[in-house]
Amino acid sequence: MSTSLSDLSASEELSNREQPEGHAPCDALPEASDAVFSRRTFVKGAGILSAGVASGLPRIAAAEKARVSAATAPQTIALTLKINGKQQALTIDTRTTLLDALREYLSLTGTKKGCDHGQCGACTVLVDGRRVNSCLTLAAVAQGSEITTIEGLAHGDELHPVQAAFLEHDGFQCGYCTPGQICSAVALLEEHRRGDLSQVSFQTGQTTTPQLTDNEIRERMSGNICRCAAYPNIVAAVRAAAQGARS
Amino acid sequence: MNPFQYQRAAAPEEAIHAVTTNRAAKFLAGGTNLIDLMKSNVEHPTTLIDINHLSFTQITSAPDGTTAIGAGVRNTDLANHQTIRTNYPLLSQAILSGASAQLRNMATTGGNLMQRTRCYYFNDTAYSVCNKRNPGSGCSAQIGFNRIHSILGASGSCIASNPSDMNVALAALNATIHVQGPKGKRSIAMRDFHLLPGATPHIETALKPDELILSVELPPSKFALHSYYLKVRDRQSYSFALVSVATGLELDGTTIKSVALVLGAVAPKPWRSAEAEKALVGAPATADTFRKAADLAVTGAKPQKYNAFKIELAKTSIVRALTLAAQGAQA
Repeated sequence: MSTSLSDLSASEELSNREQPEGHAPCDALPEASDAVFSRRTFVKGAGILSAGVASGLPRIAAAEKARVSAATAPQTIALTLKINGKQQALTIDTRTTLLDALREYLSLTGTKKGCDHGQCGACTVLVDGRRVNSCLTLAAVAQGSEITTIEGLAHGDELHPVQAAFLEHDGFQCGYCTPGQICSAVALLEEHRRGDLSQVSFQTGQTTTPQLTDNEIRERMSGNICRCAAYPNIVAAVRAAAQGARS
Repeated sequence: MNPFQYQRAAAPEEAIHAVTTNRAAKFLAGGTNLIDLMKSNVEHPTTLIDINHLSFTQITSAPDGTTAIGAGVRNTDLANHQTIRTNYPLLSQAILSGASAQLRNMATTGGNLMQRTRCYYFNDTAYSVCNKRNPGSGCSAQIGFNRIHSILGASGSCIASNPSDMNVALAALNATIHVQGPKGKRSIAMRDFHLLPGATPHIETALKPDELILSVELPPSKFALHSYYLKVRDRQSYSFALVSVATGLELDGTTIKSVALVLGAVAPKPWRSAEAEKALVGAPATADTFRKAADLAVTGAKPQKYNAFKIELAKTSIVRALTLAAQGAQA
């Protein structure tokens, strides 16, 4: 925990929020045997009651009340995330995704929120070198991993070769999907270098060491949607970056 | 998304204990489906048990050729593992046909087995009528837009289809699922793992709520030389199947010695046709044979208003997949 909350510009809301006492422990819940009733069980139990079998309802109702209260009490968690080589401490709601942690609490707004459902790829970041959708990754799960965002790719003023290729080949129009596209392409080059296959590799029979053809690039980038349809230039940028990486 | 407690499990027993004592707790692996469903309020666990740090991420092969895949192995790593690529290319091809690189990097073997249906009405809580979410409430899909739904194995209670590509290949490869519960370990045949809906569509698998998937076991490979996963969908990439076919052939010259033929996206579970397989065994690997098998495979199909096209699509897809498998398209 090398960074205190007060160092984080976007965390004022959090640092002003009182920490609920004893917020996390499981044993704060009622006895397990009372807490196991799901809503479905409850509804079923209530149905039985209306049919005239009354025993047990107060207990079920109490358990349901406990479940509802457990399901509505705020749950926070203290975390340390290693982002672009820097340890960042923060206390957040357990529901916070890595995407929201980056954007809302750590002021790393390069990573974009598109669909927020793992369908568009705008939120793509690298976790331990692998591209993932940060909108479907809980920040809590990412603790202990090396997270790289678009802000972490360049060395000072020297762009990452994939960033430079996107500039050179005009691989964007509005630019909103671009950070995700670039993070995705960086991982794509590594996946190809180590010999990973795609479904196109099977369709073309190139199942040993597939060439990074335009079809392979399109398939391997299909998790990143571009509403401006800058696809031809994105493919050109990835192709150029791949050739640069080989030379 | 409802609030939840977050816990990391260090051992399977710890994870199992957590869900045994709190039935509103759920295991969290890759999260590609669960977190999405929680955002839509379809799932609302009060505790998430993070099982990403359990040591079940290995792929190992026994001397007899049996291969064990840890439940925590990511889809990308499974599809690209040398043993799987060489001995079970059908599984590699099926996995790489699904989702995107990002999602495959996150999704696990165990999680993919537990993937929920993509039925629009199940995924949209604006519809209270859904027998999976609210047992006894009815089925919106049967009177709604049911283009992606089942034509085989459905019931009056539910017509949802299983969306997984991996599952179709695992059924074709005759996998076994190893699980652990509070009382110990047991095994479930892949072909028995997913349940038909009947009157209880909210119970989707043979896995009990307090059981954890540990590994998936594949018998020695018979179809390394002749297999194919054909996926037909609205887009070329990153789209769920309308129909898929996983097939493997063991050939003796041009005669079919043994075969697996399983359909995806047409039923609530990977749909194996024993009759079609029986018709193929001992027959020559020709278009005629394949067409007969295709007819048998969709016997009893009951289309909904918007998915009658799936019957013909399944038949032509079966013929094409068998033809490509016989050619050894992957070699």
